[in-house]
Amino acid sequence: MSSTRNNDLTPARSEQSDDDEAWDQYPVENPGIEPHVERYTDVNKAAGDRAYRKVITMFALVPILAILFVVVYFAVPKDAAISLLGTDFKAQTLLFGLTGGLAVLLIGVAAVTWARDIMGDHEISEERHPAGTDPADRKDALAMVNAGVSESNVGRRKLLLGGLGGALGIVAVPAIVLFADMGPWPVKAVRRETIERTIWAEGVRLVNDVTYRPLKASDLEIGQLVNAEPENLKDLHSHEQLVEKAKSAIVIVRMDPHTIKIPDSRKDWQVGGILAYSKICTHVGCPISLWEQQTHHLLCPCHQSTFDLGNSGVVVFGPAARSLPQLPITTDSEGYLIARSGFTVPVAPSYFERDSRNDYKDGDR
Amino acid sequence: MARPAKISTTSEYDVPSTPPEEPGFRQFSGFPAWLDERVGVGKIVKFGLRKVFPDHWSFLLGEIALYSFIVLLLTGVFLTIWFKPSMAEVEYTGTYQLMRGLPMSEAFESALRISFDIRGGLLVRQIHHWAAILFVAALTAHMLRVFFTGAFRKPRELNWLIGVGLMALSLIAGFSGYSLPDDLLSGTGLRFVDGLIRSIPLIGTWAEFFVFGGEFPGSILISRLYMVHILLIPGILLALIAAHMTLLVYHKHTQFPGPGRTDKNVVGYPLFPVYMAKAGGFFFIVFGVLILMGALMTINPVWVFGPYNPAQVTAGSQPDWYMGWVEGAVRIMPGWESHWGGTTWSWNVFVPSVLLMGLLFTVLGLYPFIERWITRDNSEHHLLDRPRDVPTRTALGVAGMTCYAMFWIAGGNDILATHFKVSLNAVTYFMRVAVFVAPIIAFIVTKRICLGLQRKDRERLLHGGESGVIDRSLIGGYSEAHTPISQDEAWTITQQRQFEPAAEVETVDADGQPIKWPKLRARLSRWYFSSDVAKPSRAALEAAHHHDGPAEPTDIESGTKADILDDQLETDAHR
Repeated sequence: MSSTRNNDLTPARSEQSDDDEAWDQYPVENPGIEPHVERYTDVNKAAGDRAYRKVITMFALVPILAILFVVVYFAVPKDAAISLLGTDFKAQTLLFGLTGGLAVLLIGVAAVTWARDIMGDHEISEERHPAGTDPADRKDALAMVNAGVSESNVGRRKLLLGGLGGALGIVAVPAIVLFADMGPWPVKAVRRETIERTIWAEGVRLVNDVTYRPLKASDLEIGQLVNAEPENLKDLHSHEQLVEKAKSAIVIVRMDPHTIKIPDSRKDWQVGGILAYSKICTHVGCPISLWEQQTHHLLCPCHQSTFDLGNSGVVVFGPAARSLPQLPITTDSEGYLIARSGFTVPVAPSYFERDSRNDYKDGDR
Repeated sequence: MARPAKISTTSEYDVPSTPPEEPGFRQFSGFPAWLDERVGVGKIVKFGLRKVFPDHWSFLLGEIALYSFIVLLLTGVFLTIWFKPSMAEVEYTGTYQLMRGLPMSEAFESALRISFDIRGGLLVRQIHHWAAILFVAALTAHMLRVFFTGAFRKPRELNWLIGVGLMALSLIAGFSGYSLPDDLLSGTGLRFVDGLIRSIPLIGTWAEFFVFGGEFPGSILISRLYMVHILLIPGILLALIAAHMTLLVYHKHTQFPGPGRTDKNVVGYPLFPVYMAKAGGFFFIVFGVLILMGALMTINPVWVFGPYNPAQVTAGSQPDWYMGWVEGAVRIMPGWESHWGGTTWSWNVFVPSVLLMGLLFTVLGLYPFIERWITRDNSEHHLLDRPRDVPTRTALGVAGMTCYAMFWIAGGNDILATHFKVSLNAVTYFMRVAVFVAPIIAFIVTKRICLGLQRKDRERLLHGGESGVIDRSLIGGYSEAHTPISQDEAWTITQQRQFEPAAEVETVDADGQPIKWPKLRARLSRWYFSSDVAKPSRAALEAAHHHDGPAEPTDIESGTKADILDDQLETDAHR
């Protein structure tokens, strides 16, 4: 702010009143609308005729393209393909689009050309009126409202308005309650049976996620990662299977036991450097899939949260906040990998009622 | 028995008219008269048929959004004829060889059917998707145009709010739409949304169970999204668009400053015939271009992604462009989570998604009211601002765009890392800083550019433009003679209503009403306006023209707000 500012330099700008005329907006005289300049198509008859022919030609092409469209519909087989500019197009899609698209486009271009080159182009000016009602009409409006208020007798019988408001307000309650069946209520007992539980349990075999073949410890080499599911997943069908798959999917990795950190509490959760982790990211639930063999890092392709599978699945990068839950595993008498128990903490993204005090934190023993 | 009343064969409304020499209707009779006597079509015609609309390319942005919406309705109806919004599992038996025998939801199966077995189905599906992308893009561009030109000012604040509502709904419309085919990409998107909903403190789990009808993915979500996508959202969109257009007609369109244009008139071409042809033609142009895009450019090839499988995902998964900024915010957010007692507060998900979206729309909705609180401007505005004339608003807008852009770029941090062969971690750390720093830089740069342009305008007004003629004076000095600018230009660049920065803390307004937070308002007002370059007063202009050359640095001559001394020094140096 300059103290040398002279109010004379900025006349009346500080006077802010409702009246538009009160401030000197216009230091320059209004020159008025520019004089009309005749278009080439108006002064030159040949140019005008050309514009006319152009518009007519465009309109005339439309029926031709429309007929072509119908011909393509019945004549071109569904599986035909056209190779154009190194791309294979479905013939029908391409030809429908070219004929139909050009037809529609031509209508538009013709209409706009007509408007620009042939229709009158005299600019006209229309007066504006203030958005608000003028004072006299406002007075009338007010009188009408007051007449209504008076006739409704709410002045003398004061409970009427309160009664109406209360009645309307309370009707919202049943309307809202009506939606209470949109889903099961995630009370503690329901959560325990749904989002806090997977079908993993003691003795469930770890199977390949595509072939459902059980996996043996000896099948895995150091550095290898296998996507796996619980064997009992195949007993489920349709959306039940999807719901369980969205929680139970795991990755099994085999790492050199001497290069990784295994806390004392998890010594018997693994089989000779073979560890199993939930495949569902603790961030927003994408299936984690990018395995960096040398660093033992597993990266989620959705938001790049990175977990160190050589350190009980702690977060080393990205927006995730919690370690990947580890599934305790062992082998059965035939040498197949089986779960020692279900997951010890809920898998998948955080939710409000989740007790996250038991998740593994870097440095836990 | 009553006698039958006399039957008149001519209507009392019939207006005989002399036959015109030009072609046209000879008189108001026949069907128009029939209609008029029932619905008063004559009054409607008289009110609206020659309504004036001003010309400017940027006014077409809103039109593109409107026309894309119409295309969405038309193509959407076609798609509903075959689409089955069901998550029930079926085995694919259609013509796409690579998926034969695969189990998939009916929704995905019918999306494949539309793409491969219905003639024109793929074309219409692709037009629909492109139209959705264009709809949000045009709507966003239109909103930016309205912001930067100040078209949201009185009396159009409500229409701005409706516009913000349209913007928010269009995001939901788009997202619910591309989630419907139940392919791998859209399923991953839904999984993401499941995570977002869960992260809401206190009610998250309940919201999740209510939206999905239980656990993710459940068996009912697609049917519910279908209802949202084809009934609920389009219904509200239609109502809001109708209100938006009604207010547009009521307020009459804004116009840019120009010769003969004032706040009290609107200069342009009549609705009939010029704007009917131009706007109607433009609908066909937008539609035609969208058809060509649908024919030539593949979009959302769901058959490449395959059916949804919660244990699969592809690298480089990206949402449609308009959700990219949320995706980016979620990607660069540090992994902050609070574990209090037996509860989990997922700031890492809640803040960059739900909260950030809420913040954007709140700020957008409030801006006109904040600006008006600062300016205390109660006059109607129908002349648009040139962005340079409101440097602080323009700079704020560009800062906002920059912030959005940074978030948006962060949504592709993996693509950036692989394409430019840089570390993914480095990109992420960089973007974490950039979303805060880049907007500040953008603000400063934009404001300086605006002020520079304002100075240039002031210079042109006072001293004219460059003539290209160099004079050598008797003592050997060189100077360039300036040519005065036209009255048209002078008028055009002096239309801005300028505001004084608050000189002191005002506690009551002009009507004697108390002002809330007067100190904050005064400080904001100074921040907003103190560096604006004042346009010359009438007296200063006359004085400058009188001198016909470099003018004397009189008090009247200078007139910038904060840099009066600078200006004087500069003029002194010139002499």
